[in-house]
Amino acid sequence: MIIAEKKPIEEITRNIKQYDKILLLGCNECVTVCEAGGKKEVEILASVLRMSFLKNGKQMSIDEITLERQCDHEYLEEIRGIIDQYDAILSLACGVGVQFLAEKYPSFPVYPGVNTCFLGATEKRGLWAEKCQACGHCLLADTVGICPVSRCAKRLLNGPCGGSTKGSCEINKDIECAWQLIIDRLKKLNKIDDYEIIYPIKDWSTDRAGGPRKVIREDVLL
Amino acid sequence: MRLQYPTDIKIIRVPCTGKVDIIYILRAFEKGADGVYCVGCMEGSCQFSNGNIMARKRINQAAKILDDIGIGKERVKMYNLSSGEGTLFVKYANEMAENIRALGANPVKLAMKKRAV
Repeated sequence: MIIAEKKPIEEITRNIKQYDKILLLGCNECVTVCEAGGKKEVEILASVLRMSFLKNGKQMSIDEITLERQCDHEYLEEIRGIIDQYDAILSLACGVGVQFLAEKYPSFPVYPGVNTCFLGATEKRGLWAEKCQACGHCLLADTVGICPVSRCAKRLLNGPCGGSTKGSCEINKDIECAWQLIIDRLKKLNKIDDYEIIYPIKDWSTDRAGGPRKVIREDVLL
Repeated sequence: MRLQYPTDIKIIRVPCTGKVDIIYILRAFEKGADGVYCVGCMEGSCQFSNGNIMARKRINQAAKILDDIGIGKERVKMYNLSSGEGTLFVKYANEMAENIRALGANPVKLAMKKRAV
């Protein structure tokens, strides 16, 4: 899922201070799971902003709505009828949701309430770790389920570098060396001989370097 | 025992301090409370495993948020005691009431009153 972090209150208040009536829009998907922008965070932020503005002598009206998703037309349509009541929208969705909202309502000011961080997993409650860089050409079959693109600092595809020490990466001892993890797992799966296989050069044309990407599925296009 | 504790404290009962959410604390301040303290069971003796530990974390988070917006982290506090410690309950109530009186009124409440005039 997409992992996000709450933005500092000062940054949010600075962005919306010129308005009087704000719609605080949460998202029920990824940002709810990573506890950055779901219904609960919407309630907390609304309360904090109301108090913060009131303390500084301004009565800020903030309404709270949490949509099922902010990255789909059908859910964003749900606010079309009420949007004119507000001066701006503060969205707690990831960057995708905020942009989609801005595209959908082009003449309406939209502000982000979270920093979108990466594609990751919940390792435990309160700890999320990056697991994928969406490079568009998945290597996990060859690397026994451990991604060197997202988990190796150098994105190496042919084994560890000289900075790998006792299973840790040279940039930070708290970061596991992805290639050490791959080799350990190859051994556990009795496939260590596969480490010698020379794979063709990775096709990086599907990565972000080629500019914004699109997936087009003719079979499901309407 | 018939012990007296400050009359300006309003007790809100919850089944376990694990039920206390950050939003409960924030709403109390939004409604004009000058301070909020949470009294849980002794750490290690929660009937529901770790409700009081979770409460302490949430109280700390609420304190940080309140500090960020200038209301002050000193206005929220977590206490732990057992159900048989009535005298300690009164001691904590007096301590909290004194601390809050020293800090003065909740600035949000003052701002609300100012706007109402």
